[in-house]
Amino acid sequence: MNSLILFMALGLSVVLIVGTIIIYLSKDLLVAILGSAVISLIASIFFLILQAPDVAITEAAIGAGLTTGILLYAMKKTGRYEDD
Amino acid sequence: MDAGLIFYGSAIFLMVMGVFIAITGRHLIKILLGIDVFDTGLNLLIVSFGYINGGTAPIFSKYPNIFKNVVDPVPQALVLTAIVIGVAEMAMGLAIVMQIKEKFGTCNIAKLKELKW
Amino acid sequence: MIRRLIALLVSLYLGYILYSFVYVHFPFGERPLRGVAAHYVENGIKEEGATNIVTSIVTLYRGFDTLGEVTVLFLAATGLGLILAGMKREEEEKPEPTLIMETVTKHLFPLVLLFGSYIFIHGHLTPGGGFPAGVVIATGYFMMFIAQRSFTPSEYLLSATESFAGTLYVIVGLLGLALAFSFLDNVMPLGIPNRVFSAGIIPVIYIIIGFKVGSEMTGILLHLKEA
Repeated sequence: MNSLILFMALGLSVVLIVGTIIIYLSKDLLVAILGSAVISLIASIFFLILQAPDVAITEAAIGAGLTTGILLYAMKKTGRYEDD
Repeated sequence: MDAGLIFYGSAIFLMVMGVFIAITGRHLIKILLGIDVFDTGLNLLIVSFGYINGGTAPIFSKYPNIFKNVVDPVPQALVLTAIVIGVAEMAMGLAIVMQIKEKFGTCNIAKLKELKW
Repeated sequence: MIRRLIALLVSLYLGYILYSFVYVHFPFGERPLRGVAAHYVENGIKEEGATNIVTSIVTLYRGFDTLGEVTVLFLAATGLGLILAGMKREEEEKPEPTLIMETVTKHLFPLVLLFGSYIFIHGHLTPGGGFPAGVVIATGYFMMFIAQRSFTPSEYLLSATESFAGTLYVIVGLLGLALAFSFLDNVMPLGIPNRVFSAGIIPVIYIIIGFKVGSEMTGILLHLKEA
């Protein structure tokens, strides 16, 4: 791993930390679900950096695509805001 | 810059925050999101175990010359299984949450009195 | 407040244990390749014919795991249908999708299906395989659910595809048992590596898995949409 990729990974890990804190703090479930999608996408880039392309393509399709869709359907049914 | 600190650190941070969100969450979907974050962190940790410095992905495009320096393929196969199981677990949990919302009218665990004994 | 403090302490303790364990026992990137992993990397192409080693681990060396995983997926889809069966369906006013959305998704849908098929057919050569391919196909159906007003695939056809693919998977496994005395053995000729028609039964298994995962995930999305 050269230092340019490491620098990129460092920046992405900062975004990951911010996304996790947004999931914890947000009262709006839509924002929290999108935060989880961002975390999955960054994790898939990490898998690519760690030389695991099979895992990366699976995580990008499932974590950022399908799980978000399932969560959005459930959120439509149960209400958008946490204080109900 | 230490590579182990970035990848192990991100994975452990995700696991810690996942447990924290799942324990302190008030809304059922928030708790499931915490479990999802924990799942992602655990997958990242397992794939990080298999990395070898300077290794390439375990896919050989030129067959007769096999490179010796290849990352460990076994954790990758394990994680491939775990991700798909994760989405099945998520769908099941959300179905139960939707049924709870319809039966009791709320998803806030402080208001779900029937869960206490 | 005290609850939050206890939760913080518990999760920080978990993090401390993980940190000390991981840094002592697994220094990053310095573990040599040994044991079964070294065997898979050195002899994987000779034994199974697939140039993607992860694929041959998932489908053949650890084939039982994948069969169990597919079973878990099937149980999750069935259980989801069972749990959601008793819910009241409310007819609400759906907003009309715009003309642009309708036209674009109608022409994009076959391309998404084509891309999914490409991923599962080339699973033994390139990254990917049956699971992401099935999910890509299900995502195409999800796009159609959102953008088209009257698009509902037949539920009967979905479950028929799923059951047929699951049965076929077990039959392929039993074929190995009958011809080579071990379940899920590679009984077909290996061919030349790096060709599409190579690697014995690996492409067959991945095509089956692609169909099965695609129909299951589409079924899950359809149940959640109609609940």
